[in-house]
Amino acid sequence: MSLTILQKQDLNAFITGLLPHYRVAGPVQMNGGFAFDLISSPAELHLDYPTTILPPKKYLLPPMETLFSFDNSNGGAIQSPPPAQPTVIFGVHTCDVHAIQLLDAVFSRGQSDAAYLGRRRQSLIVSVECLSPCDEHSFCKSMGTLSAEEGYDLHLTDLGEAYAVDIGSEAGSALLEYARTTPPAPQDAQRLNAVLSEKWPRFPYRLDFDVSDLPSLLNMSMKSPLWNELGERCLACAACTNVCPTCFCFDVKDEIELDLVHGQRVRIWDSCQLDEFATVAGGHNFRKNSAMRQRHRFMRKGKYILEAHDYLGCVGCGRCARACLVDITPVGVFNELHRQLEVEGKL
Amino acid sequence: MTLTATYAPPTEEAGAEKELFLPSFVRILKTRQLTALEKVFTLSLPDGKPLGHRPGQFMEVSMLGVGEAPISISSSPSRSEESFELCVRNVGDVTSALHRLQVGDKIGVRGPFGRGFPYEKFRGKDVLFAPGGLGLAPLRSLINQVLDERALYGRVILLYGAKTPGELLFKDELKTWSERSDLELLVTVDRGDETWTGNTGVITTLFRQVSVYPRNTVAITCGPPVMYRFVLMELFGKGISEGNIYLSLERRMKCGVGKCGHCQINNVYACQSGPVFSYKEIKGLEEAL
Repeated sequence: MSLTILQKQDLNAFITGLLPHYRVAGPVQMNGGFAFDLISSPAELHLDYPTTILPPKKYLLPPMETLFSFDNSNGGAIQSPPPAQPTVIFGVHTCDVHAIQLLDAVFSRGQSDAAYLGRRRQSLIVSVECLSPCDEHSFCKSMGTLSAEEGYDLHLTDLGEAYAVDIGSEAGSALLEYARTTPPAPQDAQRLNAVLSEKWPRFPYRLDFDVSDLPSLLNMSMKSPLWNELGERCLACAACTNVCPTCFCFDVKDEIELDLVHGQRVRIWDSCQLDEFATVAGGHNFRKNSAMRQRHRFMRKGKYILEAHDYLGCVGCGRCARACLVDITPVGVFNELHRQLEVEGKL
Repeated sequence: MTLTATYAPPTEEAGAEKELFLPSFVRILKTRQLTALEKVFTLSLPDGKPLGHRPGQFMEVSMLGVGEAPISISSSPSRSEESFELCVRNVGDVTSALHRLQVGDKIGVRGPFGRGFPYEKFRGKDVLFAPGGLGLAPLRSLINQVLDERALYGRVILLYGAKTPGELLFKDELKTWSERSDLELLVTVDRGDETWTGNTGVITTLFRQVSVYPRNTVAITCGPPVMYRFVLMELFGKGISEGNIYLSLERRMKCGVGKCGHCQINNVYACQSGPVFSYKEIKGLEEAL
């Protein structure tokens, strides 16, 4: 870690300096809320945003991407998509930094995924330290994602008149060539310490237990009656998985042009909450009702993904809770499972 | 439709990584219509090399413009010098497009994927195969592997059930197998027709006709999801242990490498940890069968 200071009045010049060389994405004001979008001027950027409906995941794993194009005429041919463009993703909250670390693990371990990694290598993450909770749905403190020690190229902490910039990588350091920064003075370091210590009590713990107990809690809850209750409420709209920063399940399908000759094989986001997700050719569905599908989702979030990839599948951002039309929330589910086990005397 | 692969060279940004979703193209050497719905495709790799698969593994088969589907490999490595075989049921978009192809056409493939049968562990033991319906397609790979190194195994028993005589797969091979003295073959159909003189009834009725030495028997089954619990009951009824029963499970894998999520059985990815599992491995997984 190495620290430098960027005066707030110099932020716009920094971003203006980046724009000719990078696509710059960040939180912008949109329809009464905030969304990650590509910006063309620093004025669009709002680094003090509470949260976004969609996480910045869409720049690394787009809702739909072309894996290759094909041409079935005259012998046929396959063409890879153009290489990814260098992109700076500005203003990423630390919960989303943790989520990106999980995605990196998923798409690089075992058989690596060149399409994802090609974009990832061209992406720089400039994260921001959250100083107050997004809203009543975020539970980052309980999930251990209220700070990030790695996973960013630059990390900004708001000191009032200036940002403390933590340089997380060589690529991040290179980005600062476009910024006017100064070495930290002793009072900057003091101010940073004060800001970080003051922020912590502003965030509530929202889980009734320690997150390290979550996998075993879920393990004991396979037969919980809660899954049936959730199944009866769930509308199977898949909003929860669509807004999730860690959901990465996908479908692969072909899209053919009207000439029936040219087309693309595409990867699109898919959802374990949709009824056909676990269906096979003969029509048999291995997760045949919403209760099983909800259980699968929460098992992935708190247990399965951790076992497979060493990162929890939930970062506590609260987006799924905000999106759910029937108020199914991870905090509610995890705490209820904990309460049930307590009542049964199993804890 | 004819296709040739003209890949764009890998870019520097993508490094030396193999692009996961790019298929290779293989030529159809031969097709064989087995039944009204099933056809066997004999395919040759572009460089004439063997596929290098294990019995029980699967391929992702591509029809550009239609899509991709996971299909198990039906030929045994012991007979796949320059070609391999896929037995395809005409049941969906990709498979019906495949059925329209002719000898000489090319299809896209990725793979082989998954964990096949650990047949080295079966050597020295009696091997009981119990495929139902299309389940014979993946098991045929292992059956022929075992028959090609026949001396290494004890008894070889094959109990095969199909719905009707017309739906029996690989009838020519069934005939050859029935003539072998070192293979005990019993075939049944759920419903016979006027020409059928063999057994009638579901596959479980065949188990009453054979006795096995359970401590030295490995059982391998593959079939429609509804079949497994009944076949398992028969196998347990004969005293075969959970660790000696192997199943090949069907799922709709979209990637083949443990990422897309479609084949996940509780916490297990069928495309990587399976599709072949011992019963012992999956009995705690509620979503397996």
